[in-house]
Amino acid sequence: MTAHTQGRVIPDRLTSPLARALRSWEALLLLVAVAIFIANSFASPYFLDPWNLSDASFNFTEKAMIAFAMAMLIIAGDIDLSVASIIALASTVMGAAALAGADVPVLVGLGLGTGLLCGAFNGLLVAGFGLPSIVVTIGTMSLFRGISYIVLGDQAYTEYPKGFGYFGQGYVWWVFSFELVLFAVMAVVFGLLLHKTNFGRATYAIGNNATAARFSGIRVDRIRFILFLLTGLCSGIAAVCLTSRLGSTRPSIGTGYELEVVTMVVLGGVNILGGSGSIHGVVIAAFVMGLVTFGLGLLNVPGIVMSIIIGLLLIGVIALPRLWRMWRK
Amino acid sequence: MTPVLSLRDIQKSFPGVKALAGVQLDLYPGQVTALIGENGAGKSTIVKILTGIYQPDGGTIAVEGRETRFPTAQAASDAGVTAIHQETVLFDELTVAENIFIGHAPKGRFGLIDRKAMEAQAKALLASIHADLEPHARLRDLGIASKHLVAIARALSIDARVVIMDEPTAALSHKEIQELYDLVATLKAKGKAILFISHKFDEIFRIADRYTVFRDGQFVGEGAMADVNEGQLVQMMVGRSVDQIYPKRPAQIGAPVLTVTGYSHPTEFADVGFTLHQGEILGFYGLVGAGRSEVMQALFGITKPSHGAVKIGDEVRVIRSTAQAVAAGIVYVPEDRGKQGAVKGLPIYQNVTLPSLGRTSKGGFLRMAQEFALAREYTQRLDLRAASLDQDVGLLSGGNQQKVVIAKWLATKPRVIILDEPTKGIDIGSKAAVHDFMSELAAQGLAVIMVSSEIPEVLGMADRVIVMREGRIAAEFAGDAMTPENLVRAAVGIEGEAA
Repeated sequence: MTAHTQGRVIPDRLTSPLARALRSWEALLLLVAVAIFIANSFASPYFLDPWNLSDASFNFTEKAMIAFAMAMLIIAGDIDLSVASIIALASTVMGAAALAGADVPVLVGLGLGTGLLCGAFNGLLVAGFGLPSIVVTIGTMSLFRGISYIVLGDQAYTEYPKGFGYFGQGYVWWVFSFELVLFAVMAVVFGLLLHKTNFGRATYAIGNNATAARFSGIRVDRIRFILFLLTGLCSGIAAVCLTSRLGSTRPSIGTGYELEVVTMVVLGGVNILGGSGSIHGVVIAAFVMGLVTFGLGLLNVPGIVMSIIIGLLLIGVIALPRLWRMWRK
Repeated sequence: MTPVLSLRDIQKSFPGVKALAGVQLDLYPGQVTALIGENGAGKSTIVKILTGIYQPDGGTIAVEGRETRFPTAQAASDAGVTAIHQETVLFDELTVAENIFIGHAPKGRFGLIDRKAMEAQAKALLASIHADLEPHARLRDLGIASKHLVAIARALSIDARVVIMDEPTAALSHKEIQELYDLVATLKAKGKAILFISHKFDEIFRIADRYTVFRDGQFVGEGAMADVNEGQLVQMMVGRSVDQIYPKRPAQIGAPVLTVTGYSHPTEFADVGFTLHQGEILGFYGLVGAGRSEVMQALFGITKPSHGAVKIGDEVRVIRSTAQAVAAGIVYVPEDRGKQGAVKGLPIYQNVTLPSLGRTSKGGFLRMAQEFALAREYTQRLDLRAASLDQDVGLLSGGNQQKVVIAKWLATKPRVIILDEPTKGIDIGSKAAVHDFMSELAAQGLAVIMVSSEIPEVLGMADRVIVMREGRIAAEFAGDAMTPENLVRAAVGIEGEAA
């Protein structure tokens, strides 16, 4: 540790980023996706129809929009289980406003705003008061949806203005729905945010060791708060799309989405304990989940069997590398 | 005299490393054997073999002349070998008595634990080592020193013949260390064989009867402490003579860089004030718990002081976060390297650039080429040993992780660098390198604060020493007044000048 003698030269990298990518989790997952795609196209003659594939994308687009922000949140070592309840609350707010005669821009603003407020509430409790995120968001999961139930009971909002249907039912060009395009845009935005910015780097640092990150001059609590805000915002976006697609709001809207979102994130290779993962992994995982659901749907497999298969897929893909290593020993 | 425990030609390899290449070790009843060696010499590996955690690849273990094996931790414990670790492995949520008797509690009817008998026996054991602890107290409410006592009582309860003490004094205060020495004497009198591992030479010379030296996984020598001196032991450890452990170079002491006045915290420290100059190494000495680290962490924006002002140069700076401290030019190399230092899981270059991302990035976007350039420059300056800059910091040795942390801070071009126990737990060779580097930094005009509990280090490196006691500055010494006696007197609160 001497300053006057020049230390030996340390190479920047030993493995090129490409070689690393080829051996990564994401590469394995991509193979799985391709395999499922091929299997599906043999299993059903309707699978390769572009319009059918486009329809199938609605299976995952809304969940994936939340999954991008959730991935960053989980990489930073937190989690938000209230996302589906944020959808319910945001949808309820929009429904009530629509009933009162609000037009489309106001509805969208309210949906996103509700998402941001819910995210801020979670973030304040977690980053501001230092409460564990899993407990806080289990609480707000009941709280947010509970408000919807109080407002709506067994009623539903079904009166939405005409133009509002575009977000969930409109097409930008040919088979490319508004949701699919938004999914792609958000994938790029979040990919850049996580992998190419200082903010993303800080997210990884916090997830690996929050104390050391703080001792390195990173504003840990501010970044955690912003991540909750982003997750809330994305839930608001998903609420706009889902409400628009269904054309109605019931308090049970989006029930169970939080677990599917977390499944997507974990399947995408994000460490549930934080510290590692990627947005492209989540993108591929979204396709894998969408393809499996769609393929099984074409084969008339009932929904409950589908969720069993998704569960087995998650366990299988995660256990596979470990089993492989054990077998080679 | 025949040894209680005798190891011969012990071999142990890990993927890519030969940790032990045929070492030997003998422990005698009623004697303290010091195991000495630099970090990486194989001390912890031998402890893990003795406690049944690792299995040797070759060699023999004999207990009282009979060859045996320790396939499990339980087997080692049954053979009467027990270890008291640096961070004691006990159960925080259980009581003192439960900790002492876990695994061999006295049983009553129906095979249930006989609580009364257990607590009575625990009381007797604790009394035999003069430990004033309640058997039903919860362990988490006790200090580290008391936990050591519990661990020792546990060792006695299983009638251990061999007690391994791995850096037992590392986290103890002055008074607690004295008590530990008394305890070692008690154990000796009971005929226990003690293996004592420590980096502190004064301690080894004080309590050990015999020594065994390892170097790079090999046995170098053994003998009676009475037959060696410090220089000979150091030479055995490092394989060369370390002439200058404290290579303090004369530095040009310049203008004040950091002025702290009336610095107070509701519970940790009060009315701390000092001035630090350019090119100066200012030592902070005191007992554990005197509030030194707390003052430094407040200066670094980790904890918030209630009163007081900080001036950098002539400018008053408000520091309420680490980011503000770094911006003001104050950086802190923490004592707890594992938890607060390096971000394990991130590659080396990302660790180095973490506080400097504002400079290497553009418009919030990362620029890899600039990051690698910065990391390359500073890791080379610190002579880091690593396979590549893309390597996970967690895979580096402790000393190299420390280098990454220091490189990270130097890359921010600080004005004040605070080093909190910079050489704690690192071997003598690396120690000299850290000291050399500190000297170099001061010579280059940086202002250095060194918090240290080792008197030779403080006296050898610092231009000036501030002694803290119970959250306040007790005394300040410079020049000829910097003597071990003065420092200790001020730290423990004895009035009057030493002769």
